[in-house]
Amino acid sequence: MDLTLKIWRQKNANDKGKMVDYQISDISPDMSFLEMLDVLNNELIEKGDAPVSFDHDCREGICGSCSLYINGEAHGPDRLVTTCQLHMRTFKDGETIVIEPWRAKAFPVIKDLVVDRTAFDRIQQAGGFISVNTSGNTIDANTIPIEKEDADNAFMAATCIGCGACVASCKNSSAMLFVGAKVSQFALLPQGQIEATDRVLNMVKQMDEEGFGNCTNTGACEVECPKGISLENIARLNREYLSASLKG
Amino acid sequence: MALDSKIPQGPIADKWTNYKNHIDLVNPANKRNIDVIVVGTGLAGGSAAATLAELGYNVKAFCFQDSPRRAHSIAAQGGINAAKNYQGDGDSTYRLFYDTVKGGDYRSREANVYRLAEVSTNIIDQCVAQGVPFAREYGGLLDNRSFGGVLVSRTFYAAGQTGQQLLLGAYSAMNRQIGRGKIKMYNRHEMLDVVKVDGKARGIITRNLITGEIERHSAHAVVLGTGGYGNVFFLSTNAMGSNVTAAWKAHKRGANFANPCYTQIHPTCIPVSGDHQSKLTLMSESLRNDGRIWVPKHLKDVEAIKNKTLKPTQLSEEDRDYYLERRYPAFGNLVPRDVASRAAKERSDAGFGVNATGEAVYLDFASAFMRYGKEQAHVKGLDEDDDALVKKLGQEIVKTKYGNLFQMYEKIVDENPYETPMMIYPAVHYTMGGLWVDYNLMTNVPGLYAIGEANFSDHGANRLGASALMQGLADGYFVLPYTIGDYLSDDIRTGPISIDTPEFEKAEAEVRKNIDHLINNKGTHSVDYFHRRLGKIMWDKCGMARNAEDLKSAITEISELRSEFWKDVRVPGTENEFNEELAKAGRVADFLELGELFAKDALQREESAGGHFREEYQTPEGEAVRRKEFQYVSAWEYKGEPKDAILHKEELTYENIKVKERSYK
Repeated sequence: MDLTLKIWRQKNANDKGKMVDYQISDISPDMSFLEMLDVLNNELIEKGDAPVSFDHDCREGICGSCSLYINGEAHGPDRLVTTCQLHMRTFKDGETIVIEPWRAKAFPVIKDLVVDRTAFDRIQQAGGFISVNTSGNTIDANTIPIEKEDADNAFMAATCIGCGACVASCKNSSAMLFVGAKVSQFALLPQGQIEATDRVLNMVKQMDEEGFGNCTNTGACEVECPKGISLENIARLNREYLSASLKG
Repeated sequence: MALDSKIPQGPIADKWTNYKNHIDLVNPANKRNIDVIVVGTGLAGGSAAATLAELGYNVKAFCFQDSPRRAHSIAAQGGINAAKNYQGDGDSTYRLFYDTVKGGDYRSREANVYRLAEVSTNIIDQCVAQGVPFAREYGGLLDNRSFGGVLVSRTFYAAGQTGQQLLLGAYSAMNRQIGRGKIKMYNRHEMLDVVKVDGKARGIITRNLITGEIERHSAHAVVLGTGGYGNVFFLSTNAMGSNVTAAWKAHKRGANFANPCYTQIHPTCIPVSGDHQSKLTLMSESLRNDGRIWVPKHLKDVEAIKNKTLKPTQLSEEDRDYYLERRYPAFGNLVPRDVASRAAKERSDAGFGVNATGEAVYLDFASAFMRYGKEQAHVKGLDEDDDALVKKLGQEIVKTKYGNLFQMYEKIVDENPYETPMMIYPAVHYTMGGLWVDYNLMTNVPGLYAIGEANFSDHGANRLGASALMQGLADGYFVLPYTIGDYLSDDIRTGPISIDTPEFEKAEAEVRKNIDHLINNKGTHSVDYFHRRLGKIMWDKCGMARNAEDLKSAITEISELRSEFWKDVRVPGTENEFNEELAKAGRVADFLELGELFAKDALQREESAGGHFREEYQTPEGEAVRRKEFQYVSAWEYKGEPKDAILHKEELTYENIKVKERSYK
């Protein structure tokens, strides 16, 4: 396959940045999107040019490192995959592909396509945990049975990989799906009940301080989420927040 | 140098308890004056950092990823073992201990493995208390599944994302301590050296991967939870960033490196599709609970499949060779990984590989669909003889168990594994070798600890499935936080460690020199060019089967490639910016040294044990021949070049287990 790539290049956080065009040829449809970028980078390096920086690590869709806004969609045109799982067979020979970083006030660009997502870490630090020490002397794991449906739904919420596609896809750059997923995981489990009030209030407060926008229920986040995290998690977050606010 | 493993006296079942009762403790007020550095935030590093902070130490944690949650433990799929015996199928601490020692081909340390089995049950309790959403049965209790090399169901899991859920558990425990200010977290920081003061590990040198800044960090002890070195093969199931640098720098500062040649080649990975490939993807071993592995019985059918004139689903049962079931009737498709991998290679080498490259076998779920489907039809009162309905019902059950893996497979291979069998082939997955540690998980450098995959201790020559997660969390949550206290109790009056000392200055200068060289070299080839070539030497000559001649030529070739790398590598950009190529160059430089030691170790070990298979030592049926004279740990001491490394042996004694032929027939 021969392709034209339009890629966002930005030297560092202070640089203004611009789109740059690249031609690339002999791309196999079996390559992943990131392997295609590897080919480009190798060519750039051997020519003496600066390679394109992008975040990536596990390359199997679970670490949440890779991002990329491809042709106007987070993680590209395919559904339920991260960019590292996106394959070139999804594109047509001769196509022009536009590649940009996540765009959100809370995710400043570090370089080229690499953004700073530590805002997500800080939200988790504000309450995304159960306060239990690792003594090893907790109660036996089977002491509290949990209804399978609740356990399964908690798990589904917990499969969020923290990539930030929800924020990048949202016209308001809202992080409600991300926060909703973590709050839901604990809200659905008996272990999470004890600290439920503080957790949701603290996490939402931190989310606002980081500069994420409001949710206006457009649902773009759910569509673009590579893990299929459901909008129900936002509804649950709203319910948890409301009841916590009334208590708190 | 004598290796002292510091194994406590007494009966094996009491060793850990007695030991804990007698080691020195640090009182809570004094813990506040002690700093500990933890490098790596996977299951081992993350759980250790959280627990040390809970205990009251000041922890500085480092990871090269943009968040601690992205450490490669996140990608572990199948599950975590624990001797809970919830299934009442005869499991016990002893049986988990026994299976692990046998699975490791009698090359692990008895006392460490017993302790691991002992604390395994605490891990499950702890993780459930933290809100880790393990799979449950309809009655609300925890579900289990079975893994290779065992005859019980002791594996706890969260679909195909167990590592993710456990790591997020450890990450949440870390977050709580970061929020309290007890852990200072350094994301996007790479450790580039260990600093020793008066012979003790007292700090590290790091590079801030965003700004390029070289930093000095001091502490009273340094803990490495930096994972394995599978990426020495270039292609592996490890993440792109997984590297040996931290462990290798520790080795160069005096820590012995143990059993580097013990590598796990995992039998069920998606086969290589072409030269562009950057990494390999694992299909969890849990799939072998329900999938059956086969190749065609006749070469003519192999050809027909390759020519696409025959579909695998069209081949009748009589024309298929379920070779694991044939060779190992007792364990069948659930033989340990090393055995399954070699059997796949044997069939492929004999010409029965089913894809274009001839390096693939089938993993087939057809009979599982029917088995589960029949059960579902029976439960729901539907027609059990309606094959189409039964298959559909069965597929739904399989989807709930392994849905994410099937989806991953379809996205990569572009074939629907519900309709046609998966194609799989072995790939490098895990390294049992690592830094040598004693019973306290301390290396032979005082104050320098290694935990999780970064150390060598528990898996011998082959790791059983679902045991890596167990070991990582056992080390981090329940072992290291105790044992490190014994060492740190001598440091309660030491006070803060200064970074303005000649030792830190010297280490920093060396790091800078190395970076300058790489940046100013201006050679002709990219880092990946050298990494790929190293990987090819490793895979061809130090892979699933090894022999003396190949290993000798590997040593020469790697050493030549290393000189070529230093002369001809091209690293673009500068050192004072985000520069992934520079980070990669440093890692590959270390792989180029480790690779040679790896081959040297494999050459020296004249036996076949677990993941290390020497062609000269096999039975006429192709089974591994272990040799009594090699019943020791090979701990290598750094002496300049890898070829000059000196071997120290830790003899392994088995008092609670009878060493016998490892048979899965």
